[in-house]
Amino acid sequence: MTTAAPAKTEYEVIIGLETHCQLSTQTKIFSPSSTQFDVENPNRHIDPVCMGMPGVLPVLNQQVLEYAVKAGLALNCQIAPYSKFDRKQYFYPDLPKNYQISQYDLPIAEHGWLEIELADKQGEVTHKRIGITRLHMEEDAGKLVHAGSDRLAGSAYSLVDFNRAGVPLIEIVSEPDLRSGKEAAEYAQELRRIVRYLGVSDGNMQEGSLRCDVNISVRPMGQKEFGVKVEIKNMNSFNAIQRAIDYEIERQIEAIESGEPIIQETRLWEEGAQRTISMRSKEGSSDYRYFPEPDIPPIEVSPKQLEAWRCELPELPAEKRVKYEDKFKLSAYDARVLTDDRTVAEYFEATVAEKASPKLAANWVMGDIAAYVNNQKGADPEFNIYSTALTPKALAELIKLIEANTISNKIAKDILPELLTKGGSAKALVKSKGLSQISDPAAIEAIIDEVLAAHPDELAKYRSGKKKLQGFFVGQVMKQTNGQADPKLTNQLLGKKLNQPT
Amino acid sequence: MSTICELHKQLTSKERSAVEITQAYLSSLQTLEPKLHSFISLTEDKALHQAQQIDAKIAAGEEIGLLAGIPIALKDNLCTQGIRTTCGSKVLGNFIPPYESTVTQRLADVGAVFVGKTNLDEFAMGSSTENSAYHVTANPWNLETVPGGSSGGSAAAVAAEQCVVALGSDTGGSIRQPASFCGVVGLKPTYGLVSRYGLVAYASSLDQIGPLSYSVKDAAILLQAIAGHDPHDSTSLKVKIPDYLKSLRPSLNRRNQRRIGVIQETFGSGLDPVVEAAVKQAIEQLQELGAEIRVISCPQFRYGLPTYYIIAPSEASSNLARYDGVKYGLRSDDADLMSMYVKTRAEGFGAEVKRRIMIGSYALSAGYYDAYYLKAQKVRTLIKEDFEKAFSQVDVLVCPTSPTTAFRVGEKVNDPLSMYLSDLMTIPVNLAGLPAMSIPCGFDEGGLPIGLQLIGNALREDLLFEVAYAYEQATSWHERKPSL
Repeated sequence: MTTAAPAKTEYEVIIGLETHCQLSTQTKIFSPSSTQFDVENPNRHIDPVCMGMPGVLPVLNQQVLEYAVKAGLALNCQIAPYSKFDRKQYFYPDLPKNYQISQYDLPIAEHGWLEIELADKQGEVTHKRIGITRLHMEEDAGKLVHAGSDRLAGSAYSLVDFNRAGVPLIEIVSEPDLRSGKEAAEYAQELRRIVRYLGVSDGNMQEGSLRCDVNISVRPMGQKEFGVKVEIKNMNSFNAIQRAIDYEIERQIEAIESGEPIIQETRLWEEGAQRTISMRSKEGSSDYRYFPEPDIPPIEVSPKQLEAWRCELPELPAEKRVKYEDKFKLSAYDARVLTDDRTVAEYFEATVAEKASPKLAANWVMGDIAAYVNNQKGADPEFNIYSTALTPKALAELIKLIEANTISNKIAKDILPELLTKGGSAKALVKSKGLSQISDPAAIEAIIDEVLAAHPDELAKYRSGKKKLQGFFVGQVMKQTNGQADPKLTNQLLGKKLNQPT
Repeated sequence: MSTICELHKQLTSKERSAVEITQAYLSSLQTLEPKLHSFISLTEDKALHQAQQIDAKIAAGEEIGLLAGIPIALKDNLCTQGIRTTCGSKVLGNFIPPYESTVTQRLADVGAVFVGKTNLDEFAMGSSTENSAYHVTANPWNLETVPGGSSGGSAAAVAAEQCVVALGSDTGGSIRQPASFCGVVGLKPTYGLVSRYGLVAYASSLDQIGPLSYSVKDAAILLQAIAGHDPHDSTSLKVKIPDYLKSLRPSLNRRNQRRIGVIQETFGSGLDPVVEAAVKQAIEQLQELGAEIRVISCPQFRYGLPTYYIIAPSEASSNLARYDGVKYGLRSDDADLMSMYVKTRAEGFGAEVKRRIMIGSYALSAGYYDAYYLKAQKVRTLIKEDFEKAFSQVDVLVCPTSPTTAFRVGEKVNDPLSMYLSDLMTIPVNLAGLPAMSIPCGFDEGGLPIGLQLIGNALREDLLFEVAYAYEQATSWHERKPSL
């Protein structure tokens, strides 16, 4: 028997996400101030209630409940028929009452899941179900602006902006089902897609309307006990989530292998340095002295109300992906790209409903149109595919013109900008500009004859073996016809003429 | 003593103007203030302005409501926009609310005249008004004794005719006990009947605002004006408010004989024999008025006090966390955040408030929550059930409002537990969310008033008014005046 060299230890990574998502209601969770993101005007969107003035009382914005329940339903959660708010107590200057109205032991939604799609290097797609432990409603805190430092410690003074205080949030806690940075980033993206589809949040990570905190621990494969859990924060893109986790996995494995202890702590992701740094120790965990919020009666969602809200749920991205692959016969990649944004998906489906070929519609929507929309977004972040002058009906018309060989793909691309900016019917535009494709063989042959006669040298070179020159002749024919000659037919006829024995 | 109706008559008959009435009250208020210290802030300008508006209405021939032109005092834990609201605390010494409480808004809307903000135990925590950060209020019946608390300023002001009626707040007896000590009528409504929006919170699940007045009828008029659903208070009830004045009849309802239950457990040791005798005499009087008297046992009643001293401080520890020097009120400047927090709260709060914040923080701490807070909530349910059982047998319960008459200033300040016992009989009512009233039912040998507590089932303020009014009409206790 031979002794095998000791195998390199393999590690298992356990990751769970806590996601805070700002709900896009007009007014705050417990008071009538606007939820507008407005850093230029600190403390403009405030009122006695969100400021925690003495004597004020919270009144739950019913839209918050509706949005939270819809998010819970979309995440396949059980909606609590009886739920309540609690006070989470801690002192911090951005927290006006020094307690946060949140939900503790009876959250509005529990026991759900969402499915993420993972593609391996070969493009092979697999699906994985990630458990959702709970989803609860709570109020956001204000924002501190520190003078002379980027944190409270070390700053000369700090200012508080309460515009954000009382903005409604849902906190979504995942089960520790994630195993890599990529899975976590996928999970977060899918979550964002869902809340955007529902219209309950804009999911904007830059403005902080979607914030992900990651809990991560590492243990040698086969070990029963979990490793020490570390929390990482401050990632403001999906990419950052993935890289922060990958960094943290490496850091923890290295620590374990060099015999250093992992400390239970919160670490900050530094985007500039691409690393995590220690922020505060979590040992001797805080006691938030939770107790039921006496100012808000328990929340009861009737079965009737629940059904009404369930009926209002849109088709979600996961369902659309399946439909696009099965019904429209698109690739997993196309299905994913098209369904990423609800407006794009709806635009695409509206185009297909106008009898455009799904594959061509997909190509146009993901190609030239997407490029145009992205370009416009630079100037106007609100710009979306529906902001263009091109209606799904006009796009379907354009596609049908290509399919019917009335115009070439090239012509279609040429007139697209005008359709996107000025709108109107594709058919009418083609007609008014006289752009219909020349598909009459006799007409094309006549032009070919002209072209060949005008270029005797090239013709001679071709006939002596320089076959590549066929492209040159095609170009000349297109030039003569303003690109309207049917390219397939042109090639075919040209080939015949060029190879005619002289 | 002028009642609301008498003054209303003088106004509508143009015998006196609202300004004249207001000036008369302001003048007597100021004359008595150096003796009593019932107020923290006077609002003469506002009062005269409000009175002028009423006079203008009368001159224009407009109809005015019963409370129009009536001088009223407000406990200084009710937020009044633009008028300093201290809550009897140093921490809110410079606090001028940017908004108006629902109750004061409702009173302003019907033309009531605000003469000032009355003294109270800091954050309404106390039974003698000695915990005020500003001054001690004297009991008009004997200046050496306390007016009770925490609405001591309001009770004293009504008893001494510094105003016609006043608003107080009651978390464990803070309207009824001072009403009893000062010989006036005080009502704590059903939890949720009156909006708490703008009442600086002490213990949110127990606090209720209510009237203090010279007569039962005035209390009914004032309650009528402030009761009713408020969208700013999620705990405010959506119920139709009856016409309370209809309950005021010279005798008890004879068609349905009123059944009055005497709570057996309140007649035990610790009860002053003079109080006991007066209350027993009042019960006989009620029987003579046609009530059927039954003895009722509420075995959980005695757990009210310990239950209250877990739940109220727990909520208070949370409600008072906001006084941190960051946004309003006192800020004791210091080098860093933590010292600012610590110094602000150390300097801003008095001893009793700190005591309750500490008790509450302890009771809510991890590892203690189940044993204290949760247990207290369970006992609270048992106390409620006791009352439910009682009200399946009787219409109204009676007992003393407080075990003693007013005690001497300083007598109990160093003995918080004996001070707490003063609310022994009022506290269970708050825990059950029920309405209750204290009405004068006698005097002790030193001439200090004794109060009778009437407790009703939820939303049965009408029955309390009926019984209290019939009793009041049959007796003359309310006619006695303190000599000042």
